Amino acid sequence: MDTKTIKSESAAITAIIAGHNNNSTDLMDILIDVQERFRFISEEAVGIIAKAISSSISEVEQTLSFYHFLSRTPTGKYTVYLNNSAVAEMMGRDEIAQTFEEEAECEFGTVSEDGNIGLFHTSCIGMNDQEPSAIINQRVFTSLSRKGVIELVHAMKNGVEIDDLPGTGVRSNIIRPGPILTMEAQPAEILKKTVSRKPEDVIAEVRAANLRGRGGAGFLTAMKWQLCRAVKAERRYIFCNADEGEPGTFKDRVILTERPELLFAGMVIAGYAIGAAEGILYLRYEYKYMAEHLEDVLRQMREDGLLGKSAVAKQDFDFDIRIQFGGGSYVCGEESALLESAEGKRGEPRDRPPFPVEKGYLQQPTVVNNVETLCAVAKIMLKGSNWYRALGTVESTGTKLLSISGDCERPGVYEVEWGFNVNDILRMVGAEDVQAVQVSGPSGTCIASSEFNRRLAYEDLSTGGSMIVIGNQRDLLKDIVLNFTDFFISESCGSCVPCRAMTIQYKKKLEKILRGNGVAADIDQMLSWEKVMLVNRCGLGQTAANPILSTIRNFRELYNSRLRKHTDFVSEFDLSAAVRESCKITNRIPGPGGG
Amino acid sequence: MNKPLIATTSLAGCFGCHMSIMDLDDRILQLIELIEFNKSPINDIKTLSKECDIGIIEGGCANSDNIRLLKEFRKNCRVLIAVGECAIMGGLPAMRNNSASISECLQEAYIDCVSVQANDEGLIPNDEELPMLLDQVYPCHEIVKIDYFIPGCAPRADLIWDVLTALISGKKMELSYECFKFD
Repeated sequence: MDTKTIKSESAAITAIIAGHNNNSTDLMDILIDVQERFRFISEEAVGIIAKAISSSISEVEQTLSFYHFLSRTPTGKYTVYLNNSAVAEMMGRDEIAQTFEEEAECEFGTVSEDGNIGLFHTSCIGMNDQEPSAIINQRVFTSLSRKGVIELVHAMKNGVEIDDLPGTGVRSNIIRPGPILTMEAQPAEILKKTVSRKPEDVIAEVRAANLRGRGGAGFLTAMKWQLCRAVKAERRYIFCNADEGEPGTFKDRVILTERPELLFAGMVIAGYAIGAAEGILYLRYEYKYMAEHLEDVLRQMREDGLLGKSAVAKQDFDFDIRIQFGGGSYVCGEESALLESAEGKRGEPRDRPPFPVEKGYLQQPTVVNNVETLCAVAKIMLKGSNWYRALGTVESTGTKLLSISGDCERPGVYEVEWGFNVNDILRMVGAEDVQAVQVSGPSGTCIASSEFNRRLAYEDLSTGGSMIVIGNQRDLLKDIVLNFTDFFISESCGSCVPCRAMTIQYKKKLEKILRGNGVAADIDQMLSWEKVMLVNRCGLGQTAANPILSTIRNFRELYNSRLRKHTDFVSEFDLSAAVRESCKITNRIPGPGGG
Repeated sequence: MNKPLIATTSLAGCFGCHMSIMDLDDRILQLIELIEFNKSPINDIKTLSKECDIGIIEGGCANSDNIRLLKEFRKNCRVLIAVGECAIMGGLPAMRNNSASISECLQEAYIDCVSVQANDEGLIPNDEELPMLLDQVYPCHEIVKIDYFIPGCAPRADLIWDVLTALISGKKMELSYECFKFD
């Protein structure tokens, strides 16, 4: 590269950083902008960024190396990220991957020789109802076919602009809308109603509705707000967690597409209730394609006086919302990891206490709520807690949005009242000959038909909203459980040892069993390791062995049928193969037995 | 009745787990009332001289001698326990598994590393007495059947104490969350 090019690149990077006021907490935005502009982040760029934000090279590298959409090496003019979720594989991902490789003339994990096309795998991108799908330069391409991929690569080779590439577009697939997904009021009406009441009364209304967090953990929303409000602080924050990374979940994507006003209204309500000055939508990078649309909605709300100084014409209520993008990391869906990421750091969960409601974003009291929770809040303020409590069951009030995919006729988003049982749902989605249902994604549980009479409710079968239907034609252990285990291995933040390393032991055991070399003791060992997984700091790490553990519990016969009988132990270790390389280097001949 | 016999060894470990056994402090005196040590770095007995009741393994398998010793323990111990992260999942030594081949490891250790001195000929040790490095560092459960796992890096002395006394007395032990939750 000549000096002139280097100079202009440095200037461009410096301008990007200046656009973020050289602020170290904006590191994620800076890195994303540089990545998008240059298709990678060079060593020079890292140096320039570190200097400009008064940080160190290693700190910038730490953040940069954590997120899989940020790269230190060139990723191609067109960067293809093909989803490798289990459902993508069920829908024929292998053929699509192969076609990409043949047409682009490079393998996954590499960039074509001319630097034009880079092919990469990525974890679930929230398109399970329209797989196989891929992200190319922040645009999403769904329901890919072999023919479609050939056209796509041809267009990329001819330098077609990203927006003109064939086949882009995401469908919302709302099959069954309910109260959340049917818009009955403009945000202005909801918010005027809200600010006419005292913040304490708003919290009381949400408490009366018995609303629980929809991200999966089910913590009482009003209690979270109350705890945050009670902490004395200069500044409070409300975060919306839109990092839905649990494979099989895509309901937040649909809400963000179809009902962003409702969500933003929910954020304003929460901000008003806890006394926050800023709302931050933490949006996963996979959904970057929505950025313009969401910014338009926010702009309109500002114009309408619903955001900004004296928001909703309420004196002393200054509140605005901004969008913070992630960089590709499942763990950032955990609230404390999300906050770390928003501060420009690696998305590693924090140790607790203190909880985010005491010390959250920038050490200030912070509430993190799920997209769906905040939408429910907006509806509760509009129609009242009595209306809301009448929906669902006594302990699980309201409705739940389900993202349903896999072996069924009508994959998509369904809004149902809590209390529906699994059989009802399977009928609704047109699923027959069902072997298993993965409830709440890989971190949840895999249930067999004997449990299909269970009800979706916090008190019975709790769910964050992902349901993957697995037909009888699938090899559950090989097609699903192994894929989920790989997912946890690749998405571990690496902070806690069992999540980082024990998951690999689990995978190796499973593969041993799949090769027909497992014995009963291998199953017992995997069960005995369960307690070790609890050492992990966050809920995601603690559930990282669930794909295997829940199928051992519910599908034991699938394991048993592959075990070797009448033998105590089988080792696949081969000593002579294991010492071959070191013998060669040292010119030695292995002794008897290889040693 | 004879006291149960215990043998312990460290394979590809750092002896931290054995330090944890030493960390039993004065309970070591109680322990030797209950059991008798056979081969162990604790008493410096070098070889397994009898069939033992309990074998304690620290560390994973990084070389051919680790494999030999682990198999010898399995053959001679009724109950075999993998203690600590390295024995259970390979631990720090296993960091080489996905990052470097054997030749790269040896090249770095004996030739390229900045701290290497006086090896102008670029020799890599190859004496017959030295064990052969394995292509990977293996957790013990891939080589022999392991009966119990005690997690931790290193497991706390209390946990080791609880496991040993439960095994000797035949009582069920409760693994509370706190006993191996560190942060």
